[in-house]
Amino acid sequence: MKLAYWMYAGPAHIGTLRIASSFKNVHAIMHAPLGDDYFNVMRSMLERERNFTPVTASIVDRHVLARGSQERVVENITRKDKEEHPDLIVLTPTCTSSILQEDLHNFVERAQMEAKADVILADVNHYRVNELQAAERTLHQIVQFYIEKARKKGALPEGKTEKPSVNIIGISTLGFHNHHDCTELKRLMKDLGIEINQVIPEGASVHNLKTLPKAWFNLVPYRELGLMTARYLEQEFGMPYVDITPMGVVETARCIRKIQQIVNAQGTNVDYEDYINEQTLYVSQAAWFSRSIDCQNLTGKKAVVFGDNTHAAAMTKILSREMGIHVVWAGTYCKYDADWFQKQVSEYCDEVLVTDDHTEIGNAIARVEPAAIFGTQMERHIGKRLNIPCGVISAPIHIQNFPISYKPFMGYEGTNQIADLVYNSFTLGMEDHLLEIFGGHDTKEVVTKSISADSDLIWTKEAEAELNKIPGFVRGKVKRNTEKFARERKITQITIEVMYAAKESVGA
Amino acid sequence: MNVAQPQALTFECETGNYHTFCPISCVAWLYQKIEDSFFLVIGTKTCGYFLQNAMGVMIFAEPRYAMAELEEGDISAQLNDYEELKRLCLQIKRDRNPSVIIWIGTCTTEIIKMDLEGIAPKLEAEIGIPIVVARANGLDYAFTQGEDTVLASMLTRCPDKAVETEKRKENAIQQLFNFGKKKEEIAAEESEYVKHPPLIIFGSLPDPVVTQLTLELKKQGIKVSGWLPSKRYTELPVIEEGYYAVGVNPFLSRTATAFMRRRKCKLITAPFPIGPDGTRAWIEKICSVFGIEPKGLKEREQQVWENLEDYIKLIRGKSVFFMGDNLLEISLARFLIRCGMSCPEIGIPYMDKRYQGAELAMLEQTCQEMGVPMPRIVEKPDNYNQLQRIYELQPDLVITGMAYANPLEARGINTKWSVEFTFAQIHGFTNARDVLELVTRPLRRNNSLKNLGWDKLVKEEAKV
Repeated sequence: MKLAYWMYAGPAHIGTLRIASSFKNVHAIMHAPLGDDYFNVMRSMLERERNFTPVTASIVDRHVLARGSQERVVENITRKDKEEHPDLIVLTPTCTSSILQEDLHNFVERAQMEAKADVILADVNHYRVNELQAAERTLHQIVQFYIEKARKKGALPEGKTEKPSVNIIGISTLGFHNHHDCTELKRLMKDLGIEINQVIPEGASVHNLKTLPKAWFNLVPYRELGLMTARYLEQEFGMPYVDITPMGVVETARCIRKIQQIVNAQGTNVDYEDYINEQTLYVSQAAWFSRSIDCQNLTGKKAVVFGDNTHAAAMTKILSREMGIHVVWAGTYCKYDADWFQKQVSEYCDEVLVTDDHTEIGNAIARVEPAAIFGTQMERHIGKRLNIPCGVISAPIHIQNFPISYKPFMGYEGTNQIADLVYNSFTLGMEDHLLEIFGGHDTKEVVTKSISADSDLIWTKEAEAELNKIPGFVRGKVKRNTEKFARERKITQITIEVMYAAKESVGA
Repeated sequence: MNVAQPQALTFECETGNYHTFCPISCVAWLYQKIEDSFFLVIGTKTCGYFLQNAMGVMIFAEPRYAMAELEEGDISAQLNDYEELKRLCLQIKRDRNPSVIIWIGTCTTEIIKMDLEGIAPKLEAEIGIPIVVARANGLDYAFTQGEDTVLASMLTRCPDKAVETEKRKENAIQQLFNFGKKKEEIAAEESEYVKHPPLIIFGSLPDPVVTQLTLELKKQGIKVSGWLPSKRYTELPVIEEGYYAVGVNPFLSRTATAFMRRRKCKLITAPFPIGPDGTRAWIEKICSVFGIEPKGLKEREQQVWENLEDYIKLIRGKSVFFMGDNLLEISLARFLIRCGMSCPEIGIPYMDKRYQGAELAMLEQTCQEMGVPMPRIVEKPDNYNQLQRIYELQPDLVITGMAYANPLEARGINTKWSVEFTFAQIHGFTNARDVLELVTRPLRRNNSLKNLGWDKLVKEEAKV
């Protein structure tokens, strides 16, 4: 058992549902107790979805425990088949069905005999995988199912499209800025003269999956979703894939060069260097921003980064490589894929942190006192408590992270958006600090803002007042140094004198 | 609307394929209500994910609840439940020092048959903190019924007289401190009350509403001896055999039963104090049980209705459809029908006809007096079927969960999220306006948008 208040990645079935409900005309049936269909609320609220979420529950209740859920599940599948005529029904196990250990495979086979739709069982184990891994697995499973189905029927189309074309794999519902990223990627492909063969799973029809092999290559923009599918397609059809996330100026260029290499290897002769140059220097504002004096002021400022693999790695590189910001530590909650993260960021930050314990993150932020945080909603709240600005760069996210306006993180427009996000986070911090330097209106009594601060030291009123005069962003550090100094000398009461003695001794 | 007009209430039961919150959500309001408690939900990531998302910002306020997240070793009994729970509860004791730890049993603990009720007393003795066990799981209950299971368990912890005097001794110093003051106050207060057997009210309400209802009864000379739950676990009311108990919420049937069977109390079955009509009926019923002639209630109700007129104007003659998810539906429908609405269907997760008996009778009477057809009451509704009925009936307002609200709005149907009724203050004369504030909000909003011509924002769905 684990005491937990907050989790970064959701349970496995959320991943499966995200894939199923991203496809068009695919219905998911959860084998779950009453109340587990909370996914529908999230999709309807966060994505502000106009349509009903194609997810229903086959309710597990006392009767099911007593008699097994076979009849109920089969009935619910065939009923949904008649009501909604989906192309595919995905039976989705939950934590409850994992322990019931019923033969869901058998139910699927029985239901398949009656249903017009295809029926599959999502092959995910609640206790072994999380949301992201389950999504990865389910997407692969659905693609494999339809490729094999077509192959059996001899309906797999032969050959490639006439012009260079791509499948974009991994755009899904409830993904962080996924819709905007998708639009930006399509635009980028158009600029490069590459046709979009398919985008999966978002908005895709399962009937078209058989045409996936017609594309020249696959693009997997997110580390967490789509790689397994891309590898499968590579293995089956020798399709190359690009797994460089086009986020940030340098990585976008790297991604484009890789695409160039791949399409040229298949017989075209394209040269994207001029395009990259034009975009980098004159169209996107990010490269110019990094040269401007605004950005100069950010040099050496401390930041920390935390999120999923894709976004945390990309942000770390952008901050460090493109803006000269000092990333003290970068972290990810994708523990299952930690090696990759380590390799990506280790040269761009002092320390790598891999954990899914939010208190550990909170303490690590309090310890280094960065000028800005780039993290998830949880880090935003930690930042609020510590008075440090935070830019949200990764799920888990709230409704405000599903903006209505166009805000991609990828491609050249993405670089502009990120520059704004970074710049705004830091200037907010600067304004705050200027206010305080010029007397401000800091009447707060609280001096302890660190998360675990059981201090045995007494500050006199005068010393406390003095401490409050120190600008917020270094106040914690001064406080800590003073207390350390006092402890070393067995001083229990901190006066103004002690404070300045401490300052002199450490030169702080 | 071409609906047959039945002469009596009809009850139906559908498939139970409906959307509602998991009953563990009760920790969200109960941990805030019981200030010295700590709620430990023993379940999986699924439960944790639900709580984290359903409670939104509350999660960041260092709540006094946590998940005891079960891992594979717990499921396959490779780990010892007792030892695991002990480790976590000691950690909670160290970090938070609560007066009570409430274990919320979930679907998983049910299925693997974790003996929470058996482990709790042993662990309680060992760590020195009371442990209350409530099985608020989705196998058996819906949404607000979670509170019912918690209160029913907590009822067994309410002191009877003997325990109370012992406790008093323990707090001798505190007693001394308060003594002089309290004595005078009590003497002065006693004279304002009619002599009647002690009355306990059950149901968790925000403190301001507790005060309002207590004062409302005080005007009739009725003294409230205690509330279940109280502000603090250490202040749970004394309950002796023969006390009277009355509920404030329609979903508390297990608690009501526990009052009668386990504590030998007399249950007052009344409509619930939601809306001015309900509040008056609730007070009148309590008065009648104690043989008190109610004073000034008719005028009080009348005055509240007059203050509501601007809102009632907006809904009079309109129809409302309850999809059903929190068990407040019967009382809300009764109030809205009294406001002049009609109500073709009341969906409800679970219908206790005995506990809600007086409320159902009042609903029936209200329909007759207002001359509207009796609603069909659909227990364990089927959301898919309900949506077909909604398309057919085209009600002016659908009260529904958040899973359906946006899709219905996109199809030009006004909705109100049902969950808001659980969190808003809706009880008593004072809060009748708040109920209508919620109910009329979509109508007021859409009134200001109505000339824009964008009612239906989905393309016609292709019928296959």
